[in-house]
Amino acid sequence: MIGIRFIRLIALIASMLCVVTMTAKAQTEIQFWHAMGGELGEKLTDFANRFNASQKEYKIVPVYKGNYTETMTAAIAAFRAKQQPHIVQVFEVGTATMMSAKGAIYPVYQLMADQEEPFDPKAYLGAVVGYYSDSKGNILSLPFNSSTPVVYYNKDAFRKAGLNPDQSPATWPELEAAAKKLQAAGYPCGFTSGWPSWIQLENFSALHDIPIATRANGFDGLDTVLQLNGALQVRHIAKLAEWQKSKIFDYGGRRSDSGPKFYSGECAIYMNSSSAYAAVKASVKFEFGVGMLPYWPDAIQTPKNSIIGGATLWVLNGYPKSDYKGVAKFFTYLSSPEIQTEWHQFSGYLPITTKAYELSRQQGFYDKNPGTDVPIKQLTRGTPNANSKGLRLGNFAQIRDVIEDEIEAVLAGKKTAKAALDDAVQRSNELLRQFERTNK
Amino acid sequence: MSEKRVTFSKSGIAWLLVAPQLIITLLFFIWPASQALYQSLWQEDAFGINREFVGFDNFLKLFADPSYQHSFVVTIVFSAAVAGISMGFALLLACKTDKLMRGNQTYKTFLLWPYAIAPAVAGALWWFMFNPTIGLLAYAARGLGYDWNHFLNGEDALILVIIASAWKQISYNFLFFLAGLQSIPKSLIEAAAIDGASSNKRFWTIIFPLLSPTTFFLIVVNCVYAFFDTFAVIHSTTRGGPSQATQTLIYKVYKDGVEGNDWSGAGAQSVVLMIIVCLLTIIQFRFIERRVHY
Repeated sequence: MIGIRFIRLIALIASMLCVVTMTAKAQTEIQFWHAMGGELGEKLTDFANRFNASQKEYKIVPVYKGNYTETMTAAIAAFRAKQQPHIVQVFEVGTATMMSAKGAIYPVYQLMADQEEPFDPKAYLGAVVGYYSDSKGNILSLPFNSSTPVVYYNKDAFRKAGLNPDQSPATWPELEAAAKKLQAAGYPCGFTSGWPSWIQLENFSALHDIPIATRANGFDGLDTVLQLNGALQVRHIAKLAEWQKSKIFDYGGRRSDSGPKFYSGECAIYMNSSSAYAAVKASVKFEFGVGMLPYWPDAIQTPKNSIIGGATLWVLNGYPKSDYKGVAKFFTYLSSPEIQTEWHQFSGYLPITTKAYELSRQQGFYDKNPGTDVPIKQLTRGTPNANSKGLRLGNFAQIRDVIEDEIEAVLAGKKTAKAALDDAVQRSNELLRQFERTNK
Repeated sequence: MSEKRVTFSKSGIAWLLVAPQLIITLLFFIWPASQALYQSLWQEDAFGINREFVGFDNFLKLFADPSYQHSFVVTIVFSAAVAGISMGFALLLACKTDKLMRGNQTYKTFLLWPYAIAPAVAGALWWFMFNPTIGLLAYAARGLGYDWNHFLNGEDALILVIIASAWKQISYNFLFFLAGLQSIPKSLIEAAAIDGASSNKRFWTIIFPLLSPTTFFLIVVNCVYAFFDTFAVIHSTTRGGPSQATQTLIYKVYKDGVEGNDWSGAGAQSVVLMIIVCLLTIIQFRFIERRVHY
């Protein structure tokens, strides 16, 4: 008895599966691997669903693969096993690696041209385009979520310490003085920072118009050599170590590990990515403001633009040409002013296109949310030159690790800033030579 | 002791019976190991598009690298501390529990729980307790005058991962020590007591030497644990930092391979680690087999 019922059940399931697979075959699935977790991931999935609903031929399948490092590694491993996705979101640090993988990637400018989708590099912000184009100005990956570091500060604490709550300190000497006042008012530490290499060395160098590496920060050739041990950088790191002793600066770890120090009110000033805005807003119980990164006035009068972080969308080879039409259409959709504006306002990432920036301005978004336009203003001030266009260094994920290892050694008092940065440069150059050798 | 041996008239059936185990060993051990060996002889980019045969160059580069030598030192210090602390505490707890008349079972149950916790969870627990901003233990340390910050001080970070790893392993060692203690004939201890030996002397001259097979076995197991299974603890707390203070050999493999996409370097490191495990296994089989008596 069980026998015949069981057989009927199996037959039913099998026929249902046939129907399902038959309908699925009509739609081309496009695999999209990304590193947006939490609310950001939900928003991204929402975009994909809306695109899927707007047409019947293609279905974008977004898959969260972990953080940026994990996503990139997964895509590379998948490529080696010939199981790669169509689209993968790679952070800015992986740009050189992706660019050198000439057989693996399908450059976006070429994709859009082949598929006859409109694509105008001039529609994007100069700082963003510069980072992701090759030497001929062709954009290789689709800019999607770009950020730049800013200063978050505790307005309540500023009031208590007798400082102007509408203005974050513009220069480092002013920040030092402010920190001392804050400590006198009872706050254990003046400021803390996330992403030490990105903010305190890479962006620091861009702001002060000094090079990070030779060959235009690596844009002009693989035979680049790191130059982060220049006099000003050494001086700045040494100053951070000096401030660590009196807790004017208190180190809280890499990435955004130092966030709790700001949220809890321990440190009144916090330097981190503009994309941390949502997390800061959700975690603090005081009024906070956003300001631009400080600079040393004796080294430069008008600081240059900051450089971007975040990620772009890369397209991988290996699929039939018809699939890439769907990718191109999805990219057009993602770059539309409405979607970009919505993404920017939700996430704290920058509006990538000038149209999206305009739209947000028209909607009065920046008036209603003070401080959300600071990162864009900082990114677009002045004209980017070779020192502030960004950087393109191979093995840069490992190099950042090396640099942050050495910075931590200085902050813990184990090495002088000069010795540490010299070591960082030496170790990093070995990694750069290794990259050059395998990608000649 | 009489040995039972099972024999098969036809070897076919024997092969069939061991086939599942053989397949698993081949798929999950031999294949990846040979792949790592193969990869360690090449230098290639992340995607595997450009590759160059370099022979033993990767190994030579590895041993000349001060970071790698530093990882060796960190691993040795870390393993010694984890093994020492967890075995020391486990022995103490086992001795005390052994002597109890009542509540014996309750203590055993509670002392077993840390072993059931996933390493990543254990790491996260201790990370929270020691977090300089919100951690209870960090707060207590500051009360005693010590400014705990494992994001800044390498020593604090190392202490954190040692405590988190050792804590988890105490249960395992405790079980073995307890079993070992209970297999010591009570008559020996009673005889010593009658002869006037103090409790201290009884422990060090009779109990501890008779526990040596267990101790030796546990040393090897704890070393393997500290070398490999502590990856999750380190990854969920300090991630090898600050400034490589908690970067054990296994963590360096992950850092270079998965995060840095340097498959050749990571392959070479994996091969070295494999050789170390082989050595540990040989030591365990040769020495323990000889010293265990039934």
